[in-house]
Amino acid sequence: MAEKRTYEVVFIIDPGAGDDEVMRLSESVQKIITGQGGSITKTEVMGRRQLAYEINHKKDGTYVLLEVEGSGVEIAELERRMRVNDQILRYMTIRVDEDRRRADKLKDRRANKATRRTGAKSKASSSASNSEIDNDDA
Amino acid sequence: MSSNYEDRDRDYGFEREYERAMPGRGGARRMQRRKICRFCIEKVDLIDFKDVKLLQSYVPERGKILPRRISGACAAHQRMLAEAIKRARNIALLPYAAD
Repeated sequence: MAEKRTYEVVFIIDPGAGDDEVMRLSESVQKIITGQGGSITKTEVMGRRQLAYEINHKKDGTYVLLEVEGSGVEIAELERRMRVNDQILRYMTIRVDEDRRRADKLKDRRANKATRRTGAKSKASSSASNSEIDNDDA
Repeated sequence: MSSNYEDRDRDYGFEREYERAMPGRGGARRMQRRKICRFCIEKVDLIDFKDVKLLQSYVPERGKILPRRISGACAAHQRMLAEAIKRARNIALLPYAAD
C-alpha cells in the first residue's frame, strides 16, 4: 500500500450545529487524517443546502468537501469516526485518482491528435508553397 | 413494438435544443436525426457528482435517470452520468424518488 491515492470525502453536518461546531469538526477530521499519515489537499465548506430527501428527519444540512491524499488507512479511520458521530448525517468517500488519471490520458490523447493534425496541415501547405516558408514546422 | 416506458413522449426540457426524436404521432417511428452526445462535443472527461445543475437536467421530475435513447449521450458518457447521479443521490443532492 505504498501508492498514494486521492479521495474525495463529502459529509453532511447536522443543521443544528453552529459555525464553530463545523470548524471544530473539520479540525478534528484534519487531526485524524494527519495522525494516520495522510494529508488534506483541499477543504471546502459548501454551505447549508436543502437535502433532496430527509435524513434523520432533517431537511437540510451543511455540506463539507475534503480532498485527502493517502494510502487508505486514514479513510478507514475517518469513516469509523464519522459513523459514530451523531453530528454527521451522512458521509461518502470516493476514490478519484484513477478517474482523474484516465481523464488526463484522454485529454493528452486529444491534444496529441490535434497537434498531429495541425502539424500535417502546415506541412502540406508549406510543400504547396514550396520555397517561401518552410522553416516554421522544423 | 411495445414499450413500457411511459415517459417516452414527454417533453424533456433540454431536448428542445435538439430536434424532436419522434415527429408526429403514428407516423414514422425512426428517428429523423441521430442525436449527438453533448458531452463528446464539449469534450467532458469527467462528470462530477457535485455538479447538481448539470445532473438535474438528466433526471426528470420523477427522479429517474434519463435513458440514453432520450438523453442522446454516448455509452461512455451515459455510464459516467449514471454513476454521478447515483453518487449525488447517496449524499442527498438528488432524490432517489420524487413525489
